[in-house]
Amino acid sequence: MAEYIKFKVPAKQVSETKGVADLIEKAEEEGVKTAWHRFLEQQPQCGFGLLGICCRNCNMGPCRIDPFGAGPTKGVCGADADTIVARNILRMIAAGAAAHSDHARDIVHVFKGAATGEFKGYKLTDIEKLKGLAQALGIYVEGKTESEIALEVAHILEWEFGKPDDEPLKLLMATAPKKRIKVWERLGVMPRAIDREICECMHRTHMGVDADPASLLLHGVRTSLADGWSGSMMATYLSDILFGTPKPIKTIANLGVLKEDYVNIIVHGHNPILSMKIAEVAQSEEMQKLAKKYGAKGVNVAGMCCTGNEVLMRLGIPPAGNFLMQELAIITGAVEAMVVDYQCLMPSLIDVAGCYHTKIITTEPKAHIPGAVHIEFKPERADEIAKEIVKIAIENFQNRPKDRVYIPKHKSEVVAGFSVEAILGALGGTLEPLINALKEGTIKGIVGVVGCNNPKVKHNHSHVTLTKELIKRDILVVGTGCWGIAAAMDGLLTPEAAKMAGDGLRAVCETLGIPPCLHMGSCVDCSRILIVLGALAEALGVDIPDLPVAGSAPEWMSEKAVSIGTYFVASGVFTHLGVVPPVLGSQKVTKLLTDDIEDLIGGKFYVEPDPVKAAETIYNAIIEKRKKLKWPV
Amino acid sequence: MSLLETSLERPTIYIDPKKCMGCRSCEIACAVEHSMSKTLFGAIFEKPTPKPRLKVVVADFFNVPLRCQHCEDAPCIKVCPTGAIKKSEEGFVILNANKCIGCLMCVMACPFGHPKYEPEYKVVLKCDSCIERVREGREPACVEACPTKALKFGTLEEILDEIRKERAEELISSLKVPGIVYMEPVIEEKKKEEKVSPVDVYTAYLEVKWY
Repeated sequence: MAEYIKFKVPAKQVSETKGVADLIEKAEEEGVKTAWHRFLEQQPQCGFGLLGICCRNCNMGPCRIDPFGAGPTKGVCGADADTIVARNILRMIAAGAAAHSDHARDIVHVFKGAATGEFKGYKLTDIEKLKGLAQALGIYVEGKTESEIALEVAHILEWEFGKPDDEPLKLLMATAPKKRIKVWERLGVMPRAIDREICECMHRTHMGVDADPASLLLHGVRTSLADGWSGSMMATYLSDILFGTPKPIKTIANLGVLKEDYVNIIVHGHNPILSMKIAEVAQSEEMQKLAKKYGAKGVNVAGMCCTGNEVLMRLGIPPAGNFLMQELAIITGAVEAMVVDYQCLMPSLIDVAGCYHTKIITTEPKAHIPGAVHIEFKPERADEIAKEIVKIAIENFQNRPKDRVYIPKHKSEVVAGFSVEAILGALGGTLEPLINALKEGTIKGIVGVVGCNNPKVKHNHSHVTLTKELIKRDILVVGTGCWGIAAAMDGLLTPEAAKMAGDGLRAVCETLGIPPCLHMGSCVDCSRILIVLGALAEALGVDIPDLPVAGSAPEWMSEKAVSIGTYFVASGVFTHLGVVPPVLGSQKVTKLLTDDIEDLIGGKFYVEPDPVKAAETIYNAIIEKRKKLKWPV
Repeated sequence: MSLLETSLERPTIYIDPKKCMGCRSCEIACAVEHSMSKTLFGAIFEKPTPKPRLKVVVADFFNVPLRCQHCEDAPCIKVCPTGAIKKSEEGFVILNANKCIGCLMCVMACPFGHPKYEPEYKVVLKCDSCIERVREGREPACVEACPTKALKFGTLEEILDEIRKERAEELISSLKVPGIVYMEPVIEEKKKEEKVSPVDVYTAYLEVKWY
């Protein structure tokens, strides 16, 4: 019988986060595989895939190009490395934009139901934000009721997905800075409808359509803009209106938030619609009583990935970890149920859960996992379904293998929930103090750090190291997604972390009582960063590429991150990638993305796996921009 | 077929790890070649499952397709208690599965860790250098499948000739300046594109890797 675990993982070396090593060792002892084990099994990973020069888009193939030139230089249809690489990257952007925007579609659906009163479990919470959005979209709000305004907003936003005309996206026109819009118009990349651009990606990359790498990539820009300034933007706006705009909130993070004597439920995925309900229901008197009946002290809800971020910002639900820790949470043996919606769910959760008592509960019709309990979520029965799920978890408490429970004790404090409104609040209602600090050079610049985890690099090491290196250089870091949880688990999201910052940033943070790194939400909330950039540019009367700002995705892995990276670049931001994207097979595409594109839209990609070197380069790029603005460096 | 006289005419395979992309096409081609149907779509449904005889191993940043070296003085032949391993007239080290008793002596004796015991087969499997194909005048399956020519097949003499030529070209590459070495000036300057290889991608992670 072959060994199930073929390769031992050097547990102490794979992660920066405390507690991870213990659980990987526990997993190996108990014969459970994690993503790191499977990563080692996958070695060597195919070089054609790594370089992006493998094409499977038609059935004359699969074709691949020999990067050394001895073998074929063109596919059967005649597509060369440049075309193939550009097509593959465009398909990645399309998938990423589709994921974000489909998430937005579900939220619009609930938003509309809440406005009509059809979905009793949901209501419009942030009316001020609703009115602001309505006015930005050109809706006359005087004398109308909340639900009337909401219905009109919903109508416009629903049409963003599939409107048939060639007019630019309404939400993009309402939120993007005017100077940027001019640049996009000049390039002919104004997105018309979200679904249309994604559909066109698939058309262009079909056999025998677009073969010009530049034209393919420009359409990628257009698709990503539809995502960033409309799809993701919509998801953020409407989530805020439905569940309240996040305000700074204090809680704890890391695996230590799981409680030994409690029923532990983990909400995992990306959509806040169900997880908010589960968090509410779990805290109810009724459920706490039921838990006591089953011998637990109560019900404890913890977050994971971006659903974790959504409930963290709004309810202060503690996050148990980020992407690569989803299996580890189950390996503690203390999780009764993991409730998932969609995106970033490892199918391996089922294998891992099979070794313990944990129930994996899928809830979305578009995300089934074989072996999971499927309880389909319907917004009209939200409360009922949430109750049903929490009950399953509580009833599962008696099955917990008590002798195999090990919860690492590590946890750290977090202050999260810095929405744009919250940042303005901390600054006293206007951007003026921030702009002054930037102009004087007390804060040298702002960097948005976002993105996933990737076993190709040390878990959370790049996130944390890059962030520390940046704040040391007086650069304010804002961020979303799994970065937020990584920083939280390292204690970077506390006002005390200002001690690690340079003198200028430290002084600002201490005066305002904020952390040197601001948690702005889930990965769909990268749109909040766009709003900040747009507001700064308009206030200073410049365009986004002139600002001393940069973006970074140090440990990215998902196609959504490709879309986010592209709309950052398209919005004029210098964007660092810490994991090499599959484009190196084409000199031309690599040069286009890391060099030529800057002349067109002001932003460009920069690839560097080493976070310390990356921080140095980002700092230099920011200093260059400051010099151009004639600000002190 | 006549017995080959000098070992330089022995057919052999040359491995260039610098060119290996780690796509494992050779592994698939090997398993298919040693299946009953000899087609991919047939092989994947066969029982026992067709197995590759070679393996792409990662060492530092290089992928090395490790196969049987078909040693001149092969330790596996010496240790085989049943005489299942023999040398063919081409000089290939061949295992007769009918005689194999699965004692694993050859596995332990091999300096390259090549022969592999397969529980599904109850015998040891090893590379036969696709002897049937070679006798038909074709290349072994792994060589044919390699998209970057990281595996080369030929007689030792042919392969050494090719390597000598490559090395000689590398040696004079710095001298290839118009008007200095060549009698006729080079009119068209050869456009030299910087090639990226998977090694470059792997080395990019040098400072942050944990694995």
